[in-house]
Amino acid sequence: MSASQASSALANKNSADGLDTFPKLLLLNAQRFADRPAMRHKDFGIWQTWTWAEMAREAERFSLGLAKLGFAKGDRMAIVGSNRPRLYWSFTAAQALGGVPVPVYADSVAEEMVYVLQHAEVRFAVVQDQEQVDKLLSIKDQLPQLEYIIYDWDRGLQDYDEEGLTSFKAVQTLGSDPTAEEKAAWLAGIEAGRGEDLSVMLYTSGTTGKPKGVMLSFDNMVISSRNANAFDKFDENEEIIAYLPLAWVGDHVFSYGQAFVAGYCVCCPESPDTVTENRREIAPTYFFAPPRVFEGLLTDVMVRMEDASKLKQKMFHAFLAHANKVGGRILDGESVGLWDKLKYKLGEFLVYGPLKNRLGMTRMKVGYTAGEAIGPEIFRFYRSLGLNLKQLYGQTEASVYITAQPDGQISADTVGTPSPDVEIDVAENGEILYRSPGVFMGYYKNDEATADTKNAEGWVKTGDAGFIDGDGHLRIIDRAKDVGRLNNGSMFPPKYIENKLKFFPNIKEAVAIGNGRDYVAVMLNIDLQPVANWAERNNIAYASYQELANHPQVYDMMASHVDQVNRDLSQEERVAGAQIARFLVLHKELDADDGELTRTMKVRRTLINDRYTPLIEALYDGSKEKFVETEVVFEDGRKGKISATVQIRDAQVYPPEAMKEAAE
Amino acid sequence: MNAHDTTIATAVTTAEEMLSVSNVTLRFGGVTAIQDISFDILKGEIRAIIGPNGAGKTSMLNVINGFYHPQEGTIRFRGETRRRMKPYEAAASGIARTFQNVALFTGMSTLDNIMSGRSLKMKRNFLTQMLYYGPARDEEIEHRQKVEEIIDFLEIAHIRRQPVGKLPYGLQKRVELGRALALEPDLLLLDEPMAGMNLEEKEDMSRFIVDVNQQFGTTIALIEHDMGVVMDLADRVVVLDYGKKIADGSPEEVQASQEVIDAYLGVPH
Repeated sequence: MSASQASSALANKNSADGLDTFPKLLLLNAQRFADRPAMRHKDFGIWQTWTWAEMAREAERFSLGLAKLGFAKGDRMAIVGSNRPRLYWSFTAAQALGGVPVPVYADSVAEEMVYVLQHAEVRFAVVQDQEQVDKLLSIKDQLPQLEYIIYDWDRGLQDYDEEGLTSFKAVQTLGSDPTAEEKAAWLAGIEAGRGEDLSVMLYTSGTTGKPKGVMLSFDNMVISSRNANAFDKFDENEEIIAYLPLAWVGDHVFSYGQAFVAGYCVCCPESPDTVTENRREIAPTYFFAPPRVFEGLLTDVMVRMEDASKLKQKMFHAFLAHANKVGGRILDGESVGLWDKLKYKLGEFLVYGPLKNRLGMTRMKVGYTAGEAIGPEIFRFYRSLGLNLKQLYGQTEASVYITAQPDGQISADTVGTPSPDVEIDVAENGEILYRSPGVFMGYYKNDEATADTKNAEGWVKTGDAGFIDGDGHLRIIDRAKDVGRLNNGSMFPPKYIENKLKFFPNIKEAVAIGNGRDYVAVMLNIDLQPVANWAERNNIAYASYQELANHPQVYDMMASHVDQVNRDLSQEERVAGAQIARFLVLHKELDADDGELTRTMKVRRTLINDRYTPLIEALYDGSKEKFVETEVVFEDGRKGKISATVQIRDAQVYPPEAMKEAAE
Repeated sequence: MNAHDTTIATAVTTAEEMLSVSNVTLRFGGVTAIQDISFDILKGEIRAIIGPNGAGKTSMLNVINGFYHPQEGTIRFRGETRRRMKPYEAAASGIARTFQNVALFTGMSTLDNIMSGRSLKMKRNFLTQMLYYGPARDEEIEHRQKVEEIIDFLEIAHIRRQPVGKLPYGLQKRVELGRALALEPDLLLLDEPMAGMNLEEKEDMSRFIVDVNQQFGTTIALIEHDMGVVMDLADRVVVLDYGKKIADGSPEEVQASQEVIDAYLGVPH
């Protein structure tokens, strides 16, 4: 019996025991893990803890209060805010009444939110604080269905007397002492819940077009969570830190689904700004992050080391070099020489241990990265420290898991083998298809899009192009629709080029252009932290991001990175034609508030193409510089303009033949 | 354990007087900084003091918190005429302030800076505090709790352990406000709380000032140059020019006064 069959049998067994919804799981956990921690939140500088029994009571009171306000089966409830216990309880509270939580990205500006809230026809909204209340009130006249706004934190809200605005606590008070009938009705409502019911609607951030509401059933969520827990052997002893947006499927599965199924503890940071520090205090046993977080942490460590004493720097780099040599092999259980092993032990004591402590990864059993390609160097760095960092490939439509790397079969450029119960296929055009118990029910009120994505047999198109390599591991090349051709016919995979650029710590974002053009050109964003640090050490004065980005020496630095990428590309037969001929450094950071990135920080290609048309034209008309004016949206929603003269440089392109000759 | 539910003291501007200044004159040698000024601050209001450079605004605040002693005139605080008083006595009586130039202990952390604002409220002696024993320990915990509430209120949890000297200016201003709040003052004097800030920082600061006024019911007197901010925040405004009071009233009234316009824009002589 293969591993996937075994876990599939397990999943079936568990759904047969009637534990097929989250409210049911909560009630069970309140008994079997009554005194174990379910949730922590750092507040007033202290980690406050709720046990499963306490958490169940909190959720129950809120749920009963909601029922009194008239929240009924089938109602939708928007949840807006950062990772806070009460917002997580709102999910279960709504689900217990047969309602559907709809988490919304908290940093969306009001106009972005209108669409989702209208589309989902929400009647209730549970929000974090005054900022979100103000946002909702500003769009309330466009949301006739919205009746109640319930806030978690009351600061600044004393003078608000809008109808339907009430606090979380007040709703809990409403539900705090139910009659026997009310309580019985509530329990009966939970009992009546079925695995095939709609459990949550998650709006995809949408790199193109309007967001779509992905409907996931309890079965989707519970079975996927069960399988994932079995795959990585998670139990009630795990502790994770919840810091990714509630509206993102990853957080919903890791911090909600898997936590409820396994009974492990979810810790909410004090504020989004304190995540790194809070992670160090908690030292999660399971940690998920998109590559940019791992990159950010590494950059931070390296920048700090630059300021350390010479002796420390020497020790740090010597042991890191050693870890780079043998660390990965030790982690994969391969044998290494005795001397290397001893030296690694010493390194663990002197460098790796303290470093892992700093990163909050001392207790990490498993770490995952997904969402984007991770730089091989970054990946190797973490693994060489003895951290079991793995890659997975997932989608909202799949309840996350499509493929994941099993322990010991790790590589930087694959995303692993199919997850338990998942079937994978590659279509003729190279697009990856999958079928699994996690496959979504459909897009809300959008049958057309559902039919486009999911066929009658349950196969779903990922929209990504890739192939399965000799070892049965999946490799992703690019978004299927993004892969284009240059005018001379050579293949142009934009993301592939952008990722190579973004692996340099100094480059934060890159946008490659080339489809239907004569050559490839890129627009770069510098990463302020490392570049500013470098500027400080090299006595380069600058007054603003814009000035630094436009500095000739920064351009020289970028030119050397582009050159390195071109050398790499020239060695790969399939993409040698896609070398970068011209580049520029953008005068502003690409920003989600300006719509240039999605809320999950993915580049919105078409929008950028429209927005920076003058710059793109300049990249192809041979000019050396170009004056542009760009509209920007500030965090409070106001608009302004920034202008700059952007330089454009040529890069050297290497002929692939020359490299072949050199190799012969 | 739901920490964020704070008890709310609703601020109601009553006609009750918090502080009044009558016929105050302050001279430095031959220079008259303040000349025969009278005005009052009502309980629960936000009172702005504005005026061109050198009008005597900061001197006025210094008079109120006992740093300067006027040669003439009286100051009544909570119904009692005040005798000559040291700044720390003023602080103990419930008047806290922030400064035009940030005046924090730059080498100390945010937490310690705000904690220092509690020192007037600590009753245990130096020795038991040093031993961190029994009542001294309970006291420290109690004060720390209050400080954490302020940190939470001002959203500066992420810089709790950082030395304030390394913080950006806008945050330093916020820490300074936090230290003043730690005193749990009845009257809070803010000397240009928004000087040198960018738009976003100003908006944050304005929100905190309004929230302090509403949530803690603190009476606030503030000096500010940004007219937009003053007009939005203040219930009443007093305008000084060359040490004299030239207008006093609601923001609208003050804005309409020809004398104020002249003082700000200058008049041909």
